[in-house]
Amino acid sequence: MPILETIGLEKRFGGIVAAHDVSLSVEKGARHALIGPNGAGKTTVINLLSGVLKPTAGRIMLEGRDITGVAPHERVRLGMARTFQINQLFLDLTPLETIGLAVSERLGAGSDWWRLVGSKSTVTEEIGEIVERFRLADVMHERTAILPYGKQRLLEIALAFACRPRVLLLDEPAAGVPEAERHELLATIAALPKEVTVLLIEHDMDLVFSFADRISVLVNGALFVDGAPEEVARDPRVKAVYLGEELDA
Amino acid sequence: MTATADDISTYLKNRARWSPLEIAFWIFAFATIWLFPGKYLIMKDTAILALFALSLDLILGYAGIISLGQAAFFGLAGYFSGLVAKYGLIDEPVIALICAGLVAAALGLVTSFLVLRGTDLTRLMVTLGVSLMLGEVANRYSDLTGGADGLQGVTIAPLFGLFRFDLYGHNGYVYCLIVLFVCFVIARRIVYSPFGLSLRSLKGNSLRASAIGIPVKWRLVAIYTISAFFAGIAGALLTQTTAFCSLDVFSLERSADLLLVLIIGGTGYLYGGLVGAVIYKFLQDWIATLTPQYWQFWIGLVLVVIVLVGRERVERRIAALRTAMANIVARILPRHTALGDAASDGR
Repeated sequence: MPILETIGLEKRFGGIVAAHDVSLSVEKGARHALIGPNGAGKTTVINLLSGVLKPTAGRIMLEGRDITGVAPHERVRLGMARTFQINQLFLDLTPLETIGLAVSERLGAGSDWWRLVGSKSTVTEEIGEIVERFRLADVMHERTAILPYGKQRLLEIALAFACRPRVLLLDEPAAGVPEAERHELLATIAALPKEVTVLLIEHDMDLVFSFADRISVLVNGALFVDGAPEEVARDPRVKAVYLGEELDA
Repeated sequence: MTATADDISTYLKNRARWSPLEIAFWIFAFATIWLFPGKYLIMKDTAILALFALSLDLILGYAGIISLGQAAFFGLAGYFSGLVAKYGLIDEPVIALICAGLVAAALGLVTSFLVLRGTDLTRLMVTLGVSLMLGEVANRYSDLTGGADGLQGVTIAPLFGLFRFDLYGHNGYVYCLIVLFVCFVIARRIVYSPFGLSLRSLKGNSLRASAIGIPVKWRLVAIYTISAFFAGIAGALLTQTTAFCSLDVFSLERSADLLLVLIIGGTGYLYGGLVGAVIYKFLQDWIATLTPQYWQFWIGLVLVVIVLVGRERVERRIAALRTAMANIVARILPRHTALGDAASDGR
């Protein structure tokens, strides 16, 4: 059984069809990449999966459970978290507070209004572990707003990771990261634990082909090709669509 | 435990500690009881205004909900505490005070659903509308509330059966100050809790807050209700210490004053309402003695100057002062170093 599956997912904005009959299936533990030219509807799919958008038709199954009508914050509790293509961070908080927030929320302490933040050692140890994993230890007391962009991108992923998802949706994690900070980011993504299933949206083909063990190609809101990286790379239709688009741009 | 986890746990524990500046603030606040015996009435009004402003800061400074309707809770609790005293339903003022707060909180819970959706402007209008409606209800049922003449014949029993509300306002002031302090401690505890942190996150970015599993709607309902409780306590204090309640408890001016207080004092660090209330009240008092008729002109001028100069510039000075204070304290008491850091990070 796939851990995450969509069945005939469709999203229309008035007359525009942003996603059409998308039936995607992500296996447990996969490193699954969703690629496609600009405007193919990749981010729409992520927004549908995470519940930011409601589909016009179709269903979403997480671990065999229908989550189509489940609220975004409930999906996180059911084990699916996402990052955003454009950073969505809490600029006034520090990375430490940001991650502490997500960890205490997950452990059910979020509505606890009397205990102080960090009075439980399970929380602080987990914050420490995440801060180190995402190489944020040296900046954890800085305000997020003043962090270098690469660190903000790391925090973006760390924050989703702090929700302990079984399925992690990464929306263009490397977008806009300058070359100097890129290596750190890619290494951190590569080192994500194996048991976490990752669905990755990315433009960067180096990252896609070094990371993914399965690739789906989305064109004009519909699934075009789906297969192992070698198959997809060889597929002449993909080359045509993809390179054609790239040349236009 | 790793070094980082250790560091984090020390940091988080220090974060919520009382800084020397805070302790000094409260020592001075209580010292005013002996320092300015002739000023009880205005100091009492200041304490009430401070608590009222604190209630707005909780929703505006922490959760980002702007409101012009805090007077609804203030007024409802004011009338409630006046009526229960007048008809002898609850004799003990402290119990009546808590009940009045709970009544206001109940109204807060019911009306919170109106502010969940919409932008700042719709929130301003909705909250304003609720307080106008309540004011008109109080006007309509004048048999009970006294209408435009105000609620007459309220006698407040002595506190704990011991302390009478005297003419000079001494006991009234001490009472208000203690209630303000207790409420402040509770509010402070709330904002340093995981719940408080989650409020700041949904103020910052509610899209992301829900993407990390925070039920945004329920958090807003909770803080709005808590805020209504504090506003209600402030309203009940006014009625209890003046033994009177009139329709102006629901006035728009009362809610608008709160925004002025928070503009002067700043939001999102809890002391904004307190500092702002002190400055506002004493400015008002001082200018009123200079030009009794036109004091509002000068208040308006001060407001314009504050907004133009930018509070941030003033705040930076204060931050520099804090750091200097912390350094001095660190030199005298080396083990307090971490406190100073926590204080400057608290902003």
